[in-house]
Amino acid sequence: MNGPLTAVALLAEVSFTGLFPRGIAQYATGGVLIGLGVSTIYLGTAITPGASTFFESTLSYVSALPRFNRATYLASRDWRVVFTLSMVAGAAVYALLLGEGGWTTDVRAWRLLVGGVLVGVGTRIGKGCTSGHGINGLASLSKTSFASVATFVSVAIGVALTMQALGVTP
Amino acid sequence: MTGSVDRHPLFVPLVVVGGLLFGFGLAYSEMARPEVVLDFLQLQDLGLVFVMGGAAGVTAVTIAFATRFLDRAPVTDAPYGKRRKPFDRSVPVGGAVFGVGWGLSGLCPGSAYASLGIGNYPILLGLVGMFVGAYAQGYWRAYRAGSDRTAAPSD
Repeated sequence: MNGPLTAVALLAEVSFTGLFPRGIAQYATGGVLIGLGVSTIYLGTAITPGASTFFESTLSYVSALPRFNRATYLASRDWRVVFTLSMVAGAAVYALLLGEGGWTTDVRAWRLLVGGVLVGVGTRIGKGCTSGHGINGLASLSKTSFASVATFVSVAIGVALTMQALGVTP
Repeated sequence: MTGSVDRHPLFVPLVVVGGLLFGFGLAYSEMARPEVVLDFLQLQDLGLVFVMGGAAGVTAVTIAFATRFLDRAPVTDAPYGKRRKPFDRSVPVGGAVFGVGWGLSGLCPGSAYASLGIGNYPILLGLVGMFVGAYAQGYWRAYRAGSDRTAAPSD
């Protein structure tokens, strides 16, 4: 046994466990599967599918506002519904096969509602979300998307830490 | 309206397969659990870096390959391109508002759809909120554009 080396290995293991208490396998595997889903659609259609344009394109069914009835939303609204329902179904398959049948969240109702409204406003002003900017944009090496991701990740960390400091759990 | 895009017999099946993989991946990666997302944002479990990194990495390889070696997408006959949105003031402003919402709720659009599929019905509150927010933003923009025109007809 080599003392210093063992100590270094132990330290690395401790800090790794500290940063990734649940390991990284499920995160990396899930990420690769998400990337394969995006790649499937992209290779067949050249479309880079984001998740949040669904809001505007779906609102075009029920709102006469010209903003929601632009040609790009009208042309994509049908497949965006199919895409979103398929995402719901994909997660349901996971829950039934591997996820012990499903669960509900304990995050407080006001956090879900107020957070949801701000997600709706922000992703529409900012031209994308964690999939549009965070996956397709970063994968396209778009500087706009790097700026967007850096902004929303750092702001979200600040807000989540503030909530935690205020004792709001979960 | 270019309806021809979705008339190819393989268009909808491809979107379904892609959506299924996307939703399954979101669930498998724990991204559909607001608690796990909040753990990441509270710097208690940085694993979510591997979700976005893995997804963006695989997609980056696909996009680089297609734009370099392939001509047109078989199902739409569209040329392969990159996702490049113009940068302006609305990118950091929108990103910051989204960041507040994400940090409050642990929800982003895709993860919320997936969470609903897992049976997490309280997430409907977040989804309703997202639609309300998107509608309010569109309404406000339309209103502002209208009042701008009234104020400065020369525009």
